[in-house]
Amino acid sequence: MQFSEQWLRSRVNPSLSTEELSYLLTMAGLEVEDVVAAAPAFTGVVVGEVKECEKHENADRLRVTKVDVGTGELVQIVCGAPNVAVGVKVPCALPGAILPGDFKIKPTKMRGVESGGMLCSGKELGVPEDVDGLMLLPADAPVGQNIRDYLGLDDSLFTLKITPNRADCLSIRGIAREVAALTGSPLAAWGIAAVAPQTDSKLAVAIADNAPCGRYVGRVVKNVNAAAPTPDWMKRRLERSGLRSISAIVDITNYILLEQGQPMHAFDLGKINGGITVRMAVAGEKLVCLNEKEVALTPDLMVIADDQQPLAIAGIMGGLDSGVTTASRDIFLESAFFQPEAIAGKARALGFGSDSSYRYERGVDFALQTEAIERATALVLEICGGEAGPLTETVGTLPQRSSVTVRTARVARVLGVALAAEQIAAIFTRLGLAFEQNDAGFVVSAPSFRFDIEIEEDLIEEIARVYGYDNIPADAPVAAQTMLPQPEGLRVRSEVRRLLAGRDFQEIVSYAFVEEKWERDFAGNANPVRLINPIASQMSVMRSSLIGGLVDTLAANLNRKHSRVRVFEIARVFHKQADGSVQQPEVVAGLAHGGRVDEQWASKAERVDFYDIKADVEALLYPRVAEYRKAAHPAFHPGRCAEVLLNGAVVGVLGELHPQWVQAYGLTNAPVLFELAVEAVEQVGRVQLAPVSKFQPVRRDLALVVAEDVNAAAIQLAMKAAASAFVRELALFDVYRGKGVDEGKKSLAFRIVLQAADRTLVDDEVEQAVAAMLAAAQAAGAVLRA
Amino acid sequence: MSNVDVILKEGLAALDAVTDLVELEQVKARFLGKSGALTELLKQLGKLSPDERKTAGATINAAKQAFETRHNDVRDGFNAAKLAAQLAAESLDVTLPGRGATPAGLHPVTLTLERITGLFASMGFEVADGPEIETDFHNFQALNIPENHPARAMQDTFYVEGGDVLRTHTSPIQVRYMLDHQPPIKIVAPGRVYRVDSDATHSPMFHQMEGLWIDQNVSFADLKATITEFLRRFFERDDMQVRFRPSFFPFTETSAEIDVLDEQGRWLEVGGSGMVHPNVLRNVGIDPEKYTGFAFGIGLDRFAMLRYGVNDLRLFFENDLTFLKQFN
Repeated sequence: MQFSEQWLRSRVNPSLSTEELSYLLTMAGLEVEDVVAAAPAFTGVVVGEVKECEKHENADRLRVTKVDVGTGELVQIVCGAPNVAVGVKVPCALPGAILPGDFKIKPTKMRGVESGGMLCSGKELGVPEDVDGLMLLPADAPVGQNIRDYLGLDDSLFTLKITPNRADCLSIRGIAREVAALTGSPLAAWGIAAVAPQTDSKLAVAIADNAPCGRYVGRVVKNVNAAAPTPDWMKRRLERSGLRSISAIVDITNYILLEQGQPMHAFDLGKINGGITVRMAVAGEKLVCLNEKEVALTPDLMVIADDQQPLAIAGIMGGLDSGVTTASRDIFLESAFFQPEAIAGKARALGFGSDSSYRYERGVDFALQTEAIERATALVLEICGGEAGPLTETVGTLPQRSSVTVRTARVARVLGVALAAEQIAAIFTRLGLAFEQNDAGFVVSAPSFRFDIEIEEDLIEEIARVYGYDNIPADAPVAAQTMLPQPEGLRVRSEVRRLLAGRDFQEIVSYAFVEEKWERDFAGNANPVRLINPIASQMSVMRSSLIGGLVDTLAANLNRKHSRVRVFEIARVFHKQADGSVQQPEVVAGLAHGGRVDEQWASKAERVDFYDIKADVEALLYPRVAEYRKAAHPAFHPGRCAEVLLNGAVVGVLGELHPQWVQAYGLTNAPVLFELAVEAVEQVGRVQLAPVSKFQPVRRDLALVVAEDVNAAAIQLAMKAAASAFVRELALFDVYRGKGVDEGKKSLAFRIVLQAADRTLVDDEVEQAVAAMLAAAQAAGAVLRA
Repeated sequence: MSNVDVILKEGLAALDAVTDLVELEQVKARFLGKSGALTELLKQLGKLSPDERKTAGATINAAKQAFETRHNDVRDGFNAAKLAAQLAAESLDVTLPGRGATPAGLHPVTLTLERITGLFASMGFEVADGPEIETDFHNFQALNIPENHPARAMQDTFYVEGGDVLRTHTSPIQVRYMLDHQPPIKIVAPGRVYRVDSDATHSPMFHQMEGLWIDQNVSFADLKATITEFLRRFFERDDMQVRFRPSFFPFTETSAEIDVLDEQGRWLEVGGSGMVHPNVLRNVGIDPEKYTGFAFGIGLDRFAMLRYGVNDLRLFFENDLTFLKQFN
């Protein structure tokens, strides 16, 4: 809502500066988004009348004028504007004037002729107009008057961001009422008098039973001059509220909307067939609206109809055919109250709204219709002439205002400051809220202009607002002290993040909506969760894996000439279930590409590989030890991919990106990635101490030769199954191929550490234990290396 | 000059003249070995009378000691020189960089999130979490957002097939938490949220954090105090000016926008807050007569921008390593 400060101050004029007024409004919940001056600063410009106008002897395009500036002496001014002529009234800058841009006016000579000032265009005064040349003032402009006063340029334009609950402040009347309540400054009475009818002409109005129209006030005005010009004062107020002048009668309805907050409509009486009915539209009906859009009306839209057809969509927009024009002779004025629920959402559904629908859907004062139409009628008669008919008022169902109780003790409890009953009473009085006081508090009835006072909390907020949020104390809260739980067996997110960052993975955040292709390529998911209204086609489905985002980040950073990229992300992914529901687990995923370490003097330049990432996965799961099983996964190289299992359940995957995606996604080399369920990573478990043996451990190494396609884990698992209770450690420490080992075979070297808790092991026990494990390995296909 | 003095003098001169440890031991053998010059003198003591033997013995032993002392000095000198040479040879260029990988770091929004949840944890606020695809009930209805509210429009809210929404704020987390817990409730709920919007100051996905404190007598004064304290700690400015300005949200009544005065003297909006609307409490089965409380919501991305001087929100989601690594 934009308005002129002068207009507001004509109704209530607190002794506050513009800045103070702005702060007051903002701190009362009417946020001032912007305050701009109506015109830039300038001085020394008055209304002048051109008395004489001669051609300049030495210049074709210049005129020499004599101008009356109200001093009793004519001033000679040389002027080059095309529209200068005898008799025009124009702004005249006198010597000493300073125009915008620090342009100083001095007596001068132009082509040898004295010039004692400057006749001004709107542009030169910082108030540009459509006119080419001088700003032409009305014939009745008083010569000699300071132009700033005459044009009311010492004004500021306020733009308020009104919250949806404060529709009562979408007018000068409402804002003035609020400022008076907040400051205690007197509010000028509106004193709107009823216009005495000069003709009997009127229209019958009916409200259909199912039409949510609370009140419909109408009036015929005959024989108007609809082509009469809109007075400058009205134009100025409209323009400073961001509205353009259209024609006198439309301007008057807009003016009432801004001034009173009452939307109005003016019909051309000649276009109305029979009487007016406020009713719901019938399917199949159509209407071309004022914005020239044809609307197929639906039964949820309320219309203003005559005996033949809809004339307007109630509360939203009038019809093009029935609206008043400059050619209209007889008009019908409408001032109505429509229920907010009947209008809410309709403008959005239609794709267009209006200043009227904006107000109606938030709530218009339902007691205002008569006053507003009387004020509008008076303006029509004053500006366009004509004879007013009698006022007709048709009442439907009006909102009921039930009384709301507020308890003084509850106010103190909710706000944290104990306000005395008298303070609360004073606040209600200032806000114009009628109340009855009792021992516990107040029973309040909301006025017709407030739609946001329904429960006790609404009143508490009003009390806080007028008391001033700034005045509520902010002492440190007093509360029972408790400690937060800290489960030791859980690795919290921040630890997971720092663990990965410590292993040289940079955290990223990527969008949860991705290209559908990524889901197919990287997750083999043909049935992702789809968005109905994606912002772009490449953000149309919810991801079920973070791999796409990581690969995309890699590609983007390769483009930015980063050759080594190591990134991770923790985020939710989305899996559609057979029943249509969506599982949304959190996963952690990482990608490494390029050198194992940054290119440096001390380390060999080696590309990161599967086993580097496997170490990262092991560290993430540590101290739990997962099982790794060769797996097929759409994202990964079929020979270089493993699924990660804990207690037999798959908790993630790791692998090298499939060569086909390396090419398709414009990468240089294959990155290695992992993705794990956060749930698995965060379960660390609490330490269960095992006894620490005081006896000597014994170490034995076994080198076992197996076929190349035998997994190390298979041999290790076989040996583990055959291990005695005192085998404390069994670990693979070398893999060898080459001299001494046949082609197609590899040698696996295992370390076996044996140690009993209660005694020193004797040689026999050790040898038997190792022999048992060797036998198990042999049974699994291994041969002891010679 | 006695024979002993001559031999000692000769011996000391020989020690001083050696050039390495091998030579040193040869000289030692020459004078103190089995048939060394000084040893020979000692052997001849037996031929002397007891009186002469005593005197001569003392003289020879003194010479022997003097020789050994000098021998040890020379040996230590050689050893020290040898160690010094070895150490010099082993010296490194200590300015060369360390071997292996350097650590990376966390995303600035995460840094902000962890900092903020840490501050609230110190006041007893627990972290809560919830799904990002939400039901209409949790995202709108339970929060007192009416059927025809503009926020529900497709221009503002992402819908997925089946009618659920991508949560538009972190408030549904408080709904879920309140449905599961009775007061006292003291939580913060950070997370990703989604709105149909994209420009320099809007991203279709961004981060919010919701705070909620419900107990028997939690007041608007407590809200002001808690948030003011948080802002001063977060920005590390004890004198930071914070103002609370009346506003409107469907889920709070006595609602307030939170503004801070920046170093240029401008008020910046940093979040919304208010006393939890009694309808919201009722919707989740908490008696508003018994309990009151406040909620607030802040934009984590916005806090990260203010804290680190980031002027374009989109930088947070482009994942340019040159940008991200500055926060390490």
